[in-house]
Amino acid sequence: METAANSFWSTPGGWTLITVGQILLVVVGILLSLAFLLLADRKIWAGVQMRKGPNVVGPFGLLQSFADFFKFVLKEIVIPAGADKTVFILAPLISFVLAFAAWAVIPFAPGWVVSDINVGILYLLAISSLGVYGIIMGGWASNSKYPFLGSLRSAAQMVSYEVSLGFVIITVILLAGSMNLTTIVNNQAGWIWNWHFLGGGLAQLPLIVIMLPMSVVFFISFLAETNRPPFDLPEAESELVAGYQVEYSSTPYLLFMIGEYANIVLMCAMITILFFGGWNPGFPTTFLESWPPVVANLFYLLVFVTKVVFWFVMVAIVKAIVPRYRYDQLMRLGWKVFLPFSLVAVAVIAAWRVFGPASGAA
Amino acid sequence: MALQAIAFYVLAIVTVAAGFAVVSARNPVHSVLFLILTFFSAAGLFVLLGAEFLAMLLVVVYVGAVAVLFLFVVMMLDVDFAALRQGFARYLPLGGLVAAILSIEMIAVASAVATQGAARGNAEPRAAGADVTNTEVIGRVLYTDYVYFFQAAGLVLLVAMIGAIVLTLRHKPNTRRQVVADQVLRNPKTGMRIVQIKPGEGIGE
Repeated sequence: METAANSFWSTPGGWTLITVGQILLVVVGILLSLAFLLLADRKIWAGVQMRKGPNVVGPFGLLQSFADFFKFVLKEIVIPAGADKTVFILAPLISFVLAFAAWAVIPFAPGWVVSDINVGILYLLAISSLGVYGIIMGGWASNSKYPFLGSLRSAAQMVSYEVSLGFVIITVILLAGSMNLTTIVNNQAGWIWNWHFLGGGLAQLPLIVIMLPMSVVFFISFLAETNRPPFDLPEAESELVAGYQVEYSSTPYLLFMIGEYANIVLMCAMITILFFGGWNPGFPTTFLESWPPVVANLFYLLVFVTKVVFWFVMVAIVKAIVPRYRYDQLMRLGWKVFLPFSLVAVAVIAAWRVFGPASGAA
Repeated sequence: MALQAIAFYVLAIVTVAAGFAVVSARNPVHSVLFLILTFFSAAGLFVLLGAEFLAMLLVVVYVGAVAVLFLFVVMMLDVDFAALRQGFARYLPLGGLVAAILSIEMIAVASAVATQGAARGNAEPRAAGADVTNTEVIGRVLYTDYVYFFQAAGLVLLVAMIGAIVLTLRHKPNTRRQVVADQVLRNPKTGMRIVQIKPGEGIGE
């Protein structure tokens, strides 16, 4: 009986079924948590400004996102007369699909990952570099001036900050010695000083001088990469109405918005995995070995989700308290401050790996 | 194997169809979008070959950076489609000749390698062992055997970059430039002046 079941699940058909099931689980889980994270974003924003925020639909306004969802879906889709119809509809779909495709390589707990590939970080980088097309296509296909300006701004901004983001990621790759996300998380197991933002281990504690600023650079760059305030110039409402989203209504707009938030949460997960230990709670977890594996994994999942939510709250607070950057300041910060700084950091970490006390050569 | 075959044929058909659409699309922006699709499916083919590092690099570099610049340029240009198609008949023989030469060369190389193996007995490229990731393999080859060529390539790119900057950099004498350090170092003492104004007198300047 069991062997028969095993043989079915190891065939291509069974494997496909399992993978599709995993994908559905991840996507539905993220969509559901997004509904509440969106509400949290608005509540935190409101809290900082001493407002109540949405509080009508359901207890404490908990069901606000679902009410919004039905409103979006039931509205009419308006396509401008001069728009390039195919590209116009394709753009939000691309944004949405890419935002969720990136989650395929995120390890939620030991072994709980849809696809544990060797080039996980590069995959994330590739998918996030594709994300800019949704915005460019949306802005261009609208055939209108504000969306076009917004999409140009956005593309320039995302391409600029991808560079420093890439260099920061390279420092982590050098520390962990792998591009596999699971290996990177395992490298930070044990006590809290093994986390990469503290240098990754007691012997490497001096690296905190580099890695702590690098985690800050990563946080700021990811705000710019996801077009979040204070870098929300592509959709600066006082200058460009709503940037590339001006002509969008109803479900296409909803797809853009969900894609944007899925990207933000993805970046929160990335900073957790790269710098703050992923699912590791910051102390040795030997007591978990006597627990059933599934329960232990649920504990790890809870740790991971807590950290991701912490970073999401940080993002939401930044939105509430920091004024918007000017465009030339944004470009200056990316190219003249972050890029040289992270380049030097890569050189220092690489030198540490080769000549430092932890290396075998020294 | 069946899944691989399906994946290969889907990706290959998309690659070829999108490649054809690049040259046949009427709107240049659509051409660039099809080009992106071609790159993306080619990256999928790389993954099927077991070269996942190259696949990701193809997407990051070509799709994420180069094609964005293409798209920028094409979107910004005000292209007259009628004028673009005017010279079609005139350029057809030359274009056809180039295409023919290229395809003859490719067929010759492919059939020679397929029937008689690579020239000078070089081994065929094949996937690395299971214990070594192909990122590591490429890294070893690039930074040991070919490190001088790698450095030389970097130098060439640096020279090209400096050349481009020198060509476009102009210091106009009369432009007002932003000095960020001065702005950051401003404080209430240097940046503002408190004036007590008596009613009806103004500040007298």
